[in-house]
Amino acid sequence: MNFPLVSKPPVLELRDLRTEFRIGGAWHAAVREVSLQVSANETLAVVGESGSGKSVTALSVLRLLPQSAARHGGGQVLLDGVDLAALSEKQMTKLRGEAIAMIFQEPMTSLNPTMTVGDQIAEAIQQHRNVTKKEARRLALEVLEEVKIPAAAKRYDDYPHQFSGGMRQRVMIAMALACKPRVLLADEPTTALDVTIQAQILSLLSELKTAHGMGVMFITHNLGVVAQIADRVAVMYAGEVVETADVHTLFARPMHPYTEALLRAMPRVDGNSAELESIPGGVPAINALPKGCAFAPRCRLKEARCEIDRPKLARVGATHQVRCVVRVEQHGDMA
Amino acid sequence: MNDLLQVRNLVKRFESGGGWLGGAKQIVRAVNDVSFSVGRGQSLGLVGESGCGKSTVARTLLRLVEPDEGSILFDGKDIRKASPSELRALRRRIQIVFQDPYASLNPRRTVRQALSEPLFVHKLGNALSIAAKVVQTIDEVGLPRSALDRYPHEFSGGQRQRIGIARALVLDPELIVADEPVSALDVSVQAQILQLLERLKRDRGLSFVFVSHDLGVVRHFCESVCVMYLGRIIEEGPTAEVLDSPRHPYSRVLRDSSPVPDPEARVRLSKIVGEIPAPTNLPPGCTFHPRCGRVQPDCKSRVPPMVELDARRMAACFYPLIDGGMNGLIAPKRIEIS
Repeated sequence: MNFPLVSKPPVLELRDLRTEFRIGGAWHAAVREVSLQVSANETLAVVGESGSGKSVTALSVLRLLPQSAARHGGGQVLLDGVDLAALSEKQMTKLRGEAIAMIFQEPMTSLNPTMTVGDQIAEAIQQHRNVTKKEARRLALEVLEEVKIPAAAKRYDDYPHQFSGGMRQRVMIAMALACKPRVLLADEPTTALDVTIQAQILSLLSELKTAHGMGVMFITHNLGVVAQIADRVAVMYAGEVVETADVHTLFARPMHPYTEALLRAMPRVDGNSAELESIPGGVPAINALPKGCAFAPRCRLKEARCEIDRPKLARVGATHQVRCVVRVEQHGDMA
Repeated sequence: MNDLLQVRNLVKRFESGGGWLGGAKQIVRAVNDVSFSVGRGQSLGLVGESGCGKSTVARTLLRLVEPDEGSILFDGKDIRKASPSELRALRRRIQIVFQDPYASLNPRRTVRQALSEPLFVHKLGNALSIAAKVVQTIDEVGLPRSALDRYPHEFSGGQRQRIGIARALVLDPELIVADEPVSALDVSVQAQILQLLERLKRDRGLSFVFVSHDLGVVRHFCESVCVMYLGRIIEEGPTAEVLDSPRHPYSRVLRDSSPVPDPEARVRLSKIVGEIPAPTNLPPGCTFHPRCGRVQPDCKSRVPPMVELDARRMAACFYPLIDGGMNGLIAPKRIEIS
């Protein structure tokens, strides 16, 4: 499962990652054999509906899931070829924020309301770098300016509640960037924002990605946002990657029936969509997954064999992989 | 005029501060001189960003929030002047669907109890006919009858929204005020609920006031749209026309910022600057002027009124865009209508 056309080695690579949750005493997989790669200076969008396992994938990378309820069920998380699963908790703490940083949907709940935003960023810097307080303050101010907070020097000593939603998200991004991470995990960072602010944050993230040469894993449920920001896309459903391709291929020639259905279900601003096509039913619960293809119960291409064997992710193009036996057969398996 | 709903010069002010905790008393004009009408069987979209007053307008239509000025005529009767008993009768004919049905359904009552209650309150029939009506309504929104004896927590988000819609439908209203009814739902479920609402509009001839921040959803569901910014309607017209060739610069910014699922159509986002000003301290003149790329000196001193530009197209801008602003020309000023 490698991409021959991607010349650079990936900074972050997930190999058959499996994450399980305990439900009623039994372990059930929320993320099932997910393989993803993010190269430097590349945005990989992970898109899916609620319950598709996209956030759990990101949290598994950083090992941020509660240990009492979740466990690593197999596979590897490789950062520059080093398996994170083998690291101790202490090494992991050092790595979080330093090599891999994460931003979340709701910045207000991730920021400390009793500390000024500048001090929070400076604290994060001192956590990872051996610098004086004064130097940390200078670096924090620099990064606040980099995320284009107007009058950053004046706002350094403001508290999070004094910022608007869009500015708070900028503060979160500043904090994530403070230690110049190689990988940024962004979990629905614009979902809580208004569209004009969302547009600003998306263009900021894309500028910063180029400026720092970061690998960005951008998690979202919004296909419109994916089209705006992604270089490559992975579509997730019921804990699996069902389709992955570069962004142009995915929108021009979606192959998996789920991707197609998602695109047809989305009302568009730029044209009169005739009839919206809804997808019947809902995402299956992780403790009630169907035996064969997880999407089969809602699929319009369903055949008898779909309900027996779980389909494999098969290559149908240079960067295009699809988990659907029916479609792969139609287009010829190139793998 | 046989519009079902006519709203004229609606104003709602909220006050903050000035209590014993101190702080200067500030007045927020959440809704400022808003007028629109909805024809029978029509749906009108109210769009805008958070804080623009769209939800407050929706709530004033049922007097869940008391408006300060203006009139709301429903089928010729002024809702603001209605006596308590008249208002009760009017509320049977206007129902509301909220964004989060879980927050608006009583967790300790079964779906059957939640759906029968309004019928008992309005004394519409005896126990037998009410039971039949409840079953008929649950069929209409596409839920199994077994759902009736379950509690709200047992349902998924989409199913709960169906219950919320059933709860509004059970009284056979003429107008449904829908406040972000699909915003909390996944895209596949959102399409299911939109299909349901469309079917109801067609089969029952329902009228809708549809509040949403999602221009795609509004384009799909509403014939006409009002774009709101900081308490005012700044553009109004048929939805497809407004979105294809916006006349107000803000409508254009809003449209351009809405991502479309097409990587070939990436918008040049850098042009959009600034954030919405605090509603307690509105800029003078046109409230959009600090963010507007086409600002002229008089925009900062006078508030532009809504003027009719073409048939059914209105915008509150001294220098409206032509062809959606693609050629950057400034239109000559039109005659203001009262």
